[in-house]
Amino acid sequence: MCLAIPARLVAYVDDDHQYGKVELGGVTRRINTSLLVGEDTTEPGEYVLVHVGFALSRVSEQEAAETLRILEEMGPAYTDELRQIRESEAMEAELVAASAGSNGGASA
Amino acid sequence: MKFADEFRDADIARALGKRIADEAGGKHWKVMEVCGGHTHTIFKYGIEDLLPSNVELVHGPGCPVCVIPMGRLDDGIALAKQPDIIFTCFGDLMRVPGSDGSLLDAKAAGADVRMVYSPLDSLKIARDNPDKKVIFYAIGFETTAPSTALTLMRAKAENLRNLFVFCNHVTIIPPMKAILDSPDLQLDGFLGPGHVSTVVGIRPYEFVTNTYKKPVVVVGFEPLDILQGVHMVIQQVLQGRCEVENQYTRVVHDDGNPKALEVLGRVFQLRTQFEWRGLGFISQSALELRDEFAEWDAEKVFTVPGLRVADPKACQCGEVLKGVLKPWECKVFGTACTPETPIGTCMVSSEGACAAYYNFGRYSRARERERVMGAGSAGNGSGNGNGAAPEKELKPIEVRAG
Repeated sequence: MCLAIPARLVAYVDDDHQYGKVELGGVTRRINTSLLVGEDTTEPGEYVLVHVGFALSRVSEQEAAETLRILEEMGPAYTDELRQIRESEAMEAELVAASAGSNGGASA
Repeated sequence: MKFADEFRDADIARALGKRIADEAGGKHWKVMEVCGGHTHTIFKYGIEDLLPSNVELVHGPGCPVCVIPMGRLDDGIALAKQPDIIFTCFGDLMRVPGSDGSLLDAKAAGADVRMVYSPLDSLKIARDNPDKKVIFYAIGFETTAPSTALTLMRAKAENLRNLFVFCNHVTIIPPMKAILDSPDLQLDGFLGPGHVSTVVGIRPYEFVTNTYKKPVVVVGFEPLDILQGVHMVIQQVLQGRCEVENQYTRVVHDDGNPKALEVLGRVFQLRTQFEWRGLGFISQSALELRDEFAEWDAEKVFTVPGLRVADPKACQCGEVLKGVLKPWECKVFGTACTPETPIGTCMVSSEGACAAYYNFGRYSRARERERVMGAGSAGNGSGNGNGAAPEKELKPIEVRAG
């Protein structure tokens, strides 16, 4: 019910931009585009969010890229960092063990 | 699909889950996703299996079909059975049990009940059938109400006199308030409804941060959106902040969609009160047609029984909708109540917590058992929990058969 799908606006079908055609999973469907005003003004070729036959808003390519950038920084970058920390710990343990070995085994 | 697949990257999802696990520490976190669309994504992609077991997602009341009380459904069925009526509704509503069968049963018994994708389809059916009266059962939150409003404005402009709306549109803020006022739930924060917010913006949630001191993060509907939202809620709490934040900036503007709000104001006004399944009567929580649209208002034109009907005794949808009960804790879950033979609304709608749990939730149930049995945490980046080689993209869990 509250599900809405991003779809590419192919063209407007009237001069007032009340209706447009979107491409949704290979099919073209006519939708109501009268809510696409102000910040949501959309050019053909851009994406809109479609809900029950109405375009609710424009999907901002720029904002999507920004969110993905943040996610990518939080994701694999974070994993890499964790891996590096673990590797450095492992290296430290090896160094400690090696130096302990050279002391002829201090602990019991 | 563009703007969807990118937000399903499995590596990032696992890393985010790990990061949340590290930052969540030993505290038990409860974050409510308000919207049923989020509940659907959470189960479909096994999001709970990516989270540590001390981060609990509590499923909220934002499923439009689920919150409709049985009396309003009976009203719809009574309208559908009147002579010369074509009754239209969204597919989700067809199988919801009323006190004497569903709309699907009414259709089988001879009523002309038709499933539509859009309110505009009802408009077309009315144009094509001038000798019939077409009644559209309108449901949905602020996401869907502008579509009904624009359809009615069109009907009025065309002077189309055989289309009527049985209005059951509800608003999101009053049930959130009801849940916050309830002593049953101690929540740490909210994932705000992304698509409602495309219409209303993010400012209406400020009462949650100002009065109730709980963070709200408006989030999108892909797996990474939800994980990032959970992370943002936890970050706010850890940093001592309490704000309304917007994770879903690619479609939600802070002020919403002014045109959609304008058409809502032109066509609808707030009802004095409306009954919600599980939450009871909540004042000013639903919409009705303004007097200018009285000729299109099914409640004014036709006789509607308007009886209040109690839920079946065995049904605990109310507790599930409030987030007090997990779907699997309901006495009839998966036994007497299944998607094929539902007793309550939460088992019918694809956004209902019970249907989502039943269809996709087998891993979650296993995980929940582990939690209850104290066998340590599941999750922490275990992906969909199926033990297979890691996928590059999170795949939906297959709906279980039968």
